[in-house]
Amino acid sequence: MDWMKIISALALVMFIVILFPRARDMVKNSPKGTSSDWMSFVIPMIGIVLFIMLLIKLV
Amino acid sequence: MNQNYSTVAQRSPSALATNKVLRNTYMLLSLTLLFSGLTAAISMFMNMPPMTYLISVIGGMVIAMFVLPRFANSTAGIGIVFLITGMLGFGLGPILSMYASLPNGGNIITLSLGGTGVIFMGLSAYALTTRKDFSFLGGFLMVGFLLVLLAAVANIFLAIPAMSLMISAVVIMIMSGFILYDTSRIIHGGETNYVLATIGLYMTIFNIFISLLQILGIMGNDD
Repeated sequence: MDWMKIISALALVMFIVILFPRARDMVKNSPKGTSSDWMSFVIPMIGIVLFIMLLIKLV
Repeated sequence: MNQNYSTVAQRSPSALATNKVLRNTYMLLSLTLLFSGLTAAISMFMNMPPMTYLISVIGGMVIAMFVLPRFANSTAGIGIVFLITGMLGFGLGPILSMYASLPNGGNIITLSLGGTGVIFMGLSAYALTTRKDFSFLGGFLMVGFLLVLLAAVANIFLAIPAMSLMISAVVIMIMSGFILYDTSRIIHGGETNYVLATIGLYMTIFNIFISLLQILGIMGNDD
């Protein structure tokens, strides 16, 4: 199964190489968020973490 | 004067067009998810080998990145979206068969499916009701995604269970961010093509489901 690991790694590296220029453009061109913008992102993320912890308890 | 008229004339169809993009995106997304479920069931029934997942994911990603953008503005784009989502669903078959064979497998699959649905619907409702512009997340999410891909490459060879648990958790966070980012782009007119919007949201759902399966699979077999 080593060839599967090598193909997976190669596919991921290719994916990183293809996405890299797009990521660079997005970093350059993304507007800067204010602290209230970031809070509006962080709050639902905390909700997601708690929800996953609940799912782990349920399994 | 003419400029004022053209601004008014452009604003009203733009709001309409955004709603239409959103409606079409959700409709196509529902259909593609159902289609994926069907192809996953066929793949499970056919007892496909584990490498099916790898081939389907690589094939699906190649088509999504290189073929779909060329046909995104034509009706052929819809067919290509079904091809990609059908392939990804087919690839899920062996993974689901593997989890189903675990003692607690049925429960893990059901919780992952339900959990993915709750996360997607909750975040979509949040983005739709607050109508907040999440475009500031773009760079942060892309850099996070590239870093998590690098960690995933390393863990293919290191095979550390704790690291794969961490990678899955981070993938869920990043994909959740992408749901907010993509939905906000549709609402604010940043994405006007429902075919591309659908494939973006589908990928986030697919990744959240796979990561949840992995987390619940590892945690569920702790004892």
